[in-house]
Amino acid sequence: MKLDEQTRNDLFDYLLRLGDDRLILGHRLSEWCGHGPILEEDIAMTNIALDLIGQSINFLKLAGKVEGNGRSEDDLAYHRDALDFKNLMLVEQPNGDFGYTMTRQFVFDVYSLHLLERLQSSRMEELAAIAAKSLKEVRYHLRHSSQWMLRLGDGTEESHRRVQTALNDLWMYTNEMFETDEVEQRLAKKGIAIDSSTLKPDWEKTVSNLLNQATLNVPEEQGYWSTGSRRGIHTEHLGYILADMQFLPRAYPDAKW
Amino acid sequence: MTSKSKTQTDSIDTQWPLWEVFVQEKQGAPHEHAGSVHAPDAEIALQNARDVYARRGRLLSLWVVPSAAITATTPSDDGPFFDPGNDKIYRHPQFYKVPRGVKIF
Repeated sequence: MKLDEQTRNDLFDYLLRLGDDRLILGHRLSEWCGHGPILEEDIAMTNIALDLIGQSINFLKLAGKVEGNGRSEDDLAYHRDALDFKNLMLVEQPNGDFGYTMTRQFVFDVYSLHLLERLQSSRMEELAAIAAKSLKEVRYHLRHSSQWMLRLGDGTEESHRRVQTALNDLWMYTNEMFETDEVEQRLAKKGIAIDSSTLKPDWEKTVSNLLNQATLNVPEEQGYWSTGSRRGIHTEHLGYILADMQFLPRAYPDAKW
Repeated sequence: MTSKSKTQTDSIDTQWPLWEVFVQEKQGAPHEHAGSVHAPDAEIALQNARDVYARRGRLLSLWVVPSAAITATTPSDDGPFFDPGNDKIYRHPQFYKVPRGVKIF
C-alpha cells in the first residue's frame, strides 16, 4: 500500500499505540509469574501475557517497517523513553490483587475485542491480518476475564468488595480508550484505522451487561477522566515498568538469546 | 458422641476440587489422559486445562471430568481383576484359521 508522508507518520503513531498497549499490559501480567493465587491461574495469566506480547511484536514490527528507518520491534520496545510511549494509562496501573488484575483485564479485553473485530476490515492488508490473528486470542482472553468477573463479583462479600473497589479505581482510565484525535481521524477517513470514539457504545453495553450479571455497580460519573497518554503523557508507573523491562538490553546491548 | 462442626473441611487439602483432563489429538482417536487441574467449576476447569495442556500442539477436543466421578481399581484389585489366565488356552480365540483375503485390523 502506497503511503504519502503524512499517512506514514500517522500510521507509525497509530501502530505504536496498538503495540504499546499490549506490550505494557503483557509486561504487567508477566509480573504475576510465580505469584499467582493458584498454579492454574499463574499459567493462565502468563499465557495471556505471552499472547499480548506476541501481538505487540506484530504491531511494533509493522510500525518499524512503516517508519522506514530500520528500527526493529526490539529497538522500539527497549530503546524508547516513557515520553515516546503511546500506551493507555489503564495498562500501566499496578496489578493489585487478583480481582484488580481481572478487572483491568476485563475492561481492556472488551475494548480490544470490539477494536480488532473492526480492524479486520482495514484497507491496509498487514494491519487487517494482524487484527484477524489477534482476535482469536482476545476472544479467549475475554472469556477468561469475564468468567472471573462473574465469579468474583457474584462471589463472597470479600471478592465482591475487592472487585468493586478495582472498578471504582480504574474507571477513570477507561474513557481514554475512546478518545480520538486528528491522527486517527485522518487514518480512519482512509479506511486504515478505526475511530476509537465509535467503539464506546458497544463497550459500554458489553461491560454493563456483564457487571449487572456479576451484581457489580457501574461506577458513577467521574469528576475526572485521564487523558493524554496517546501523546506521551503517562502516570508515574510507566517509568518503573520501563526501568524493569528495558534494563537488560540497555545494560548489555550485545546480549543475544 | 462427637458432633462434627461444619467449619473448614477436615481434609488437609484446601485446594479447589480436582479435575482429570483428557485430550484428543486426531479425528476419531480416543481421548487420552493428560493430567489434572484444580478448578472451582467446570468452565474454569476447561479453561485451565486448555492453558496447561493445550498450548503446544494442536488438539481437537478437551474433556474435563471431576476426579470424584472416576471410580478406579486399587492395587489390591490387581490379582482378582487382572490376572491374565494365559494358562487357560480355552479362553483365547487362537484356534480359528483366518481365511486368506480376510483383513484383521
